[in-house]
Amino acid sequence: MTGTVDLALIDWSRAQFALTAIYHWLFVPLTLGLAVIMGVMETLYYKSGNEFWKRTARFWMKLFGINFAIGVATGLILEFEFGTNWSNYSWFVGDIFGAPLAIEGILAFFMESTFIAVMFFGWNKVSKGFHLASTWLTGLGATISAWWILVANAWMQYPVGMEFNPDTVRNEMVDFWAVATSPVAVNKFFHTVLSSWVLGAAFVVGVSAWFLWKRREKQFALASMKVAACTGLVAAVMTAWTGDQSGYHVAQHQPMKLAAMEALYEGQKGASLVAVGILNRTESGEIDPKNPLIAEIKIPNMLSVLAYRDKNSYVPGINNLLHGGYTLPDGSVALSAQEKMNRGKMAIAALGAYRQAKNNQDTSRAEQELKTLRENMPYFGYGYIREPGDLVPNVTLNFYAFRVMVGLGGYLILFFVVILFLAYRKQLAEMRWMQWLAMLTVPLAYLASQAGWIVAECGRQPWAIQDLLPVNAAISSLETSSVQTTFFIFLFLFTLLLIVEIRIMLKAIVAGPEQDVKLTK
Amino acid sequence: MIMDYVFYQEYWWFLVSLLGGLLVFLLFVQGGNALIFSLGKNETERKMIVNSTGRKWEFTFTTLVTFGGAFFASFPLFYSTSFGGAYWLWMLILFSFVLQAVSYEYQSKKGNLLGRNTYRAFLVLNGIMGPFLLGCAVATFFTGSAFTVSKGQLLHEAMPVISSWGNSWHGLDALGNVWNVVLGLAVVFLSRVLGALYLINNISDQMIERRARRAVAVNTVFFLIFFLSFVIRLFLTEGFAVDPENGRIFMEPFKYWNNLLALPVVAVIFLLGVAGVLAGILAACFGSGYRKGIWWTGSGTVLAVLGLLLLAGYNHTAYYPSTLDLQSSLTLANSCSSEFTLKTMSVVSLLIPFVLAYIFYAWRCIDRKKIDANEMNDDDHTY
Repeated sequence: MTGTVDLALIDWSRAQFALTAIYHWLFVPLTLGLAVIMGVMETLYYKSGNEFWKRTARFWMKLFGINFAIGVATGLILEFEFGTNWSNYSWFVGDIFGAPLAIEGILAFFMESTFIAVMFFGWNKVSKGFHLASTWLTGLGATISAWWILVANAWMQYPVGMEFNPDTVRNEMVDFWAVATSPVAVNKFFHTVLSSWVLGAAFVVGVSAWFLWKRREKQFALASMKVAACTGLVAAVMTAWTGDQSGYHVAQHQPMKLAAMEALYEGQKGASLVAVGILNRTESGEIDPKNPLIAEIKIPNMLSVLAYRDKNSYVPGINNLLHGGYTLPDGSVALSAQEKMNRGKMAIAALGAYRQAKNNQDTSRAEQELKTLRENMPYFGYGYIREPGDLVPNVTLNFYAFRVMVGLGGYLILFFVVILFLAYRKQLAEMRWMQWLAMLTVPLAYLASQAGWIVAECGRQPWAIQDLLPVNAAISSLETSSVQTTFFIFLFLFTLLLIVEIRIMLKAIVAGPEQDVKLTK
Repeated sequence: MIMDYVFYQEYWWFLVSLLGGLLVFLLFVQGGNALIFSLGKNETERKMIVNSTGRKWEFTFTTLVTFGGAFFASFPLFYSTSFGGAYWLWMLILFSFVLQAVSYEYQSKKGNLLGRNTYRAFLVLNGIMGPFLLGCAVATFFTGSAFTVSKGQLLHEAMPVISSWGNSWHGLDALGNVWNVVLGLAVVFLSRVLGALYLINNISDQMIERRARRAVAVNTVFFLIFFLSFVIRLFLTEGFAVDPENGRIFMEPFKYWNNLLALPVVAVIFLLGVAGVLAGILAACFGSGYRKGIWWTGSGTVLAVLGLLLLAGYNHTAYYPSTLDLQSSLTLANSCSSEFTLKTMSVVSLLIPFVLAYIFYAWRCIDRKKIDANEMNDDDHTY
């Protein structure tokens, strides 16, 4: 096969995957967040025997059920899209990447789908204790599922535990625990799951606020708000903490992503973090690299602290990363992008020569080429990069998405503090403006959550796997029109299903908790 | 037993085949849904059918996901070649399952926009389309597909994709092969038989039971016509063999029949499976009041599909053959993960019996009481 990969095919494949991931992530965090909150509520019922808590838990379970199915459906598409749209990826790293997906299915997904059936249909069929265990196991299954999916995603950000095999022409796993417990994976898991608890908490607080605003179900609404705000506050603080750690990991392993997030074109010692800023565009619409920000509020030295835990450390900018020449923390001098691309091409050429020598049974030549390949292997992926500028992700998107995420994250901590304070002062039921604010916070929590993933995924571009495989080499060989067609089918289908879900959810909220619950055995 | 690389390859082919067998058994959910309107003549009856399959749909769905994940982890070249090549075939399967996933939860809820019957139509659509396309996809394991694999393509920086499909139909070409269609139809009718048997077991309603028993008989006739046609042809036709000396693929007359003879354990599994399928059907048709046919036919289905897939991959056979370039065909050896990954995943697979045990326990708890018309009015979480 000759020719070149159609650039439009790459864009449409990325668009389809992004569309599926964005829709999937509308549903998953609510599943993870509500699972904890309704688990706490049912535990309170189990301990106290008070039917009020059962009624409360069952209301949130109803909303959980409406949300759950579509999350599962979009997740199915996402898993198979690695094969359908990223077939070269699936071969090149399938030996490592497939394992977490399989383990997720075997260990987590079955747990979730088995016990969710008991949770929904078992109220009058199993004991109170077994039902409670089923509710928690449903949430545990969803959380373990998140663990393995985030292990897979973290590996794309920071590939570890593998070695390139020139005979099979792919990367192969050599250390399972390095993959399964990489520090990036552990931190990503806590950051993502805790942020999902925050979203779930904001959702429960917002919906409960609606009941207060409507002057309905006051006891139910206040109790739900307290449980949710406690969960939300703890989770939001820990999300911020793990977010800081996440920034540190990005600086170590994905410096270009960090530079794009900060619109930092020229590196600095004692670099400041842009708290608020507006990007400065030239007449051609490009960001002005000499003066990238029009207005800005900066926190002095903060970026250096975040990146290297040293307020005077040097943080490279986009231009430095492209041109190289600066001193790395280990004392070596950074290579330019062009040099990395040259070495990548040398690695690819050495792989070809190695295969040729093996076919010719020329052992000494094969060993020589293998040595060249090994020396240049860290840059293998760069061999597929067409020009250095391709290594820069979309700065505008990353810069603003990062600020939206961090800004809203900070707001959510404050929000839960205020809710708990007002609940303590017994003023929530009467504060109309606060009820409105709580309702408006629900979409803001979703926005923060989506913005986080935009930074994680778009900041990694052009890499499908950081430094190892760019998206143009990860693709499936398809007609662009096929992917365009499925993109629009998914767009229509997912949007329709989302509209239906929101309508059903709103009707279920308006209907409120059941009035009489007498189903326990 | 030598626990070498070949052992792990065969072990994982066994597990993938077992998951395939379980998936076909669990297609009773699809089969039951395809019968919503023919077995349920009024709203209460239809509601009972939907709620009966609705308590199991997640198992089918999860098995499909795990089947995909296990295939990815153990035979990544299949994942990349088949999913990336037969794009439309797999996409249509996925679309139908997405529609099914939401249709249960949405159909009876206020504000569902499209109305109850639309969601039920989605269930019927998935009930027919899902098994048919899955059957067609599995049939290509024996009939072949038009693809090429060239690992050296990775050296071409401008076009490094190693697997490519030979035509722009991208999987829909499978529907042009009559034997793929025949197996697809066999799976459709088998899923309807399984669905009817499951409903007989799970619902306590005389009218539904009577109609379901008739459905078992009628669908069995069609199932047998298509299934036997496929199997007889399979054992008479040539197959895709691998030379163990050099890994070259060649066409061998009566390959799958030869595999059956060379692998007595697989032959027993396959024949026991077929016997189990027929035993459950006969018991349901002639044993009035007998409700456990699903267990016989279900277990038989698992074994028969397991046996069929083992015949496709064991005994030096290319399990995903290429009709475009014979040497591109996928074998267990050339498409599997590394020995380290297969070994690691094998340790994880030891937990499967534990998973099956809690599924069985939870299933029993839920099914202790059969679904009846009263429950449709009592229980709040009905679909």
